[in-house]
Amino acid sequence: MQEHDMSWVRTEMALAQPAPAGVVGFGAWVRKNLIASAGDTILTIVGIALVVMILPQIINWAFIDAVWTGPNRTVCATVAQGGIQPDGWSGACWAFVNAKFGQIMFGTYPVEERWRPILVGILLVVLLLPMLIPSVPRKGLNALLLIVVFPIVSFFLLVGGAFGLEHVETARWGGLLVTLSLSFVAIVVSLPLGIVLALGRRSRMPVVKMLCVIFIEAVRGIPLITVLFMASVMLPLFLPPGVTFDKYLRALIGVSLFAAAYMAEVVRGGLQAIPKGQYEGADSLGLGYWQKMYLIVMPQALKLVIPGIVNTFIGMFKDTSLVTIISMFDLLGIVKQNFSDANWATAQTARSGLIFAAFVFWLFCFGMSRYSMYTERRLDTGHKR
Amino acid sequence: MVIENAVSAEEIKVNAAKMHISTTDVAIDIIAMHKWYGEFHVLKDINLKVMRGERIVICGPSGSGKSTMIRCINRLEEHQKGKIIVDGKELTNDLKKIDEVRREVGMVFQHFNLFPHLTILENCTLAPIWVRKTPKKQAEEIAMHFLKRVKIPEQANKYPGQLSGGQQQRVAIARSLCMNPRIMLFDEPTSALDPEMIKEVLETMVGLAEEGMTMLCVTHEMGFARKVANRVIFMDQGQIVEQNTPAEFFDHPRHERTKLFLSQILH
Repeated sequence: MQEHDMSWVRTEMALAQPAPAGVVGFGAWVRKNLIASAGDTILTIVGIALVVMILPQIINWAFIDAVWTGPNRTVCATVAQGGIQPDGWSGACWAFVNAKFGQIMFGTYPVEERWRPILVGILLVVLLLPMLIPSVPRKGLNALLLIVVFPIVSFFLLVGGAFGLEHVETARWGGLLVTLSLSFVAIVVSLPLGIVLALGRRSRMPVVKMLCVIFIEAVRGIPLITVLFMASVMLPLFLPPGVTFDKYLRALIGVSLFAAAYMAEVVRGGLQAIPKGQYEGADSLGLGYWQKMYLIVMPQALKLVIPGIVNTFIGMFKDTSLVTIISMFDLLGIVKQNFSDANWATAQTARSGLIFAAFVFWLFCFGMSRYSMYTERRLDTGHKR
Repeated sequence: MVIENAVSAEEIKVNAAKMHISTTDVAIDIIAMHKWYGEFHVLKDINLKVMRGERIVICGPSGSGKSTMIRCINRLEEHQKGKIIVDGKELTNDLKKIDEVRREVGMVFQHFNLFPHLTILENCTLAPIWVRKTPKKQAEEIAMHFLKRVKIPEQANKYPGQLSGGQQQRVAIARSLCMNPRIMLFDEPTSALDPEMIKEVLETMVGLAEEGMTMLCVTHEMGFARKVANRVIFMDQGQIVEQNTPAEFFDHPRHERTKLFLSQILH
């Protein structure tokens, strides 16, 4: 039998050493992520081949062969189709987007009044940017301006009918203006309303709890299309004759309440993830219910569900395009409506228009997504409990 | 667990005498208190009178109702029968009274329950600012004073997650002290700590005891009980089975259940 030496003492503590070559750096990354095994290598080659095959075509269509300006459809049609492009030409018709840009932004908002939505847009950017940058001071004032003052000012600017501004019916609003204004209101309304509903659903007061549950479950159980459709077609049946309710306003209320129900469930998820000890810690210090919620529970719960909140925001932003079914023209609706313009009917029109609309939607959604990831990182104090 | 370098029981007694702690002043009075969880009778006929400046250690097997009992004192748990009078105020459903009691009663939990989204300093100033309406500057001075006392002023701007368990528990003690409580409750403050961290927390608690704080500690630290407590209470099956001075309690336990318990834990 072999004998073990049971007694041993370290005389010197080992020092930390740099990692050996091949563990860090670009070469190591390639080895680990691209060619780690035969299967990986094949997938890498197939992936590169696909990119090489598809990417040039897309770049050609969207940039190199694309038509950027022009007076009408002839610039985007081949000779055989009655245009000026050679046979077999295929490229994006950005000239269409260019020509319709005003409509895509504002719908049929009167041209001489378009400075008003533009001013609202500038106000939004001026108020939103400092709100989003954490180092800019005076967040309280900023939030007040953005959430309370801005909507009121925007309302009078956009609708008019006061202060010498010409009245513009909401039926003439369209395009990005509708998409953004619907989404902004829905976001501003749904988050606080969702928080209240979530707290209500967890309330110990049976009536409050029941009302919240009924609202959430009823709204979540109905498709948004149905809500919008009912608001538009059914509501007038229940109102006394002569009482009209602006269609845009109905859509606004529908989308906001819909989003609030979803938001409530997202927030409830966050509330449930907060350990009981946090409530007890707050209780033991003598904090009241609202102080406890505002100071301790909500900051943690909302931080946990940032991905869910932004998910709901993004979903809602895109869902606004459903207002098309009650014949309102949001960004997508207005683009589609313009396909029927005989002046611009070509094989490339629909493609180009849809891709542009998709790009604008994507731009906003991607922005929200990145900002939420940044916020998550910023608020991460590292550890639970 | 024996606390080295800790102050001896004699010294504490001398200190207490110096401060002329009035033993006629009742801090907590629990009279024939019962509690049920649904159908389950967790606390049965609890009678306990705690004098101001008294230091009481509560021990017993798990599930014996020790934590539940001290959590009733600041109404984290509701009792269904009997009376609990804290600092002259009886605990009922009156939310205002409950908040008043909670302001005067500090609590330290097994899992610290610090607020992870706030810095150490913010953890300590939150309640003084929002509950006591102390100006922020003054609250911060008070907080730094107590953080110095628990020997971690340099951690003030870190987050709880960046501290060790022992440091977090000391912050939790400081956070309670910032509210200037008249009574401190400790619910197994060292049970979740690594062995190396227990001592620093116990030393902080010994320091508090020296200053004459009224303390109720649920703990299994028998060394602490022997040195600091005026009285040890043993609970089993939701009732108080035995109470005595630490010397008598440990050396001459009277109830069979107490003898069994002590033989299990003192090896």
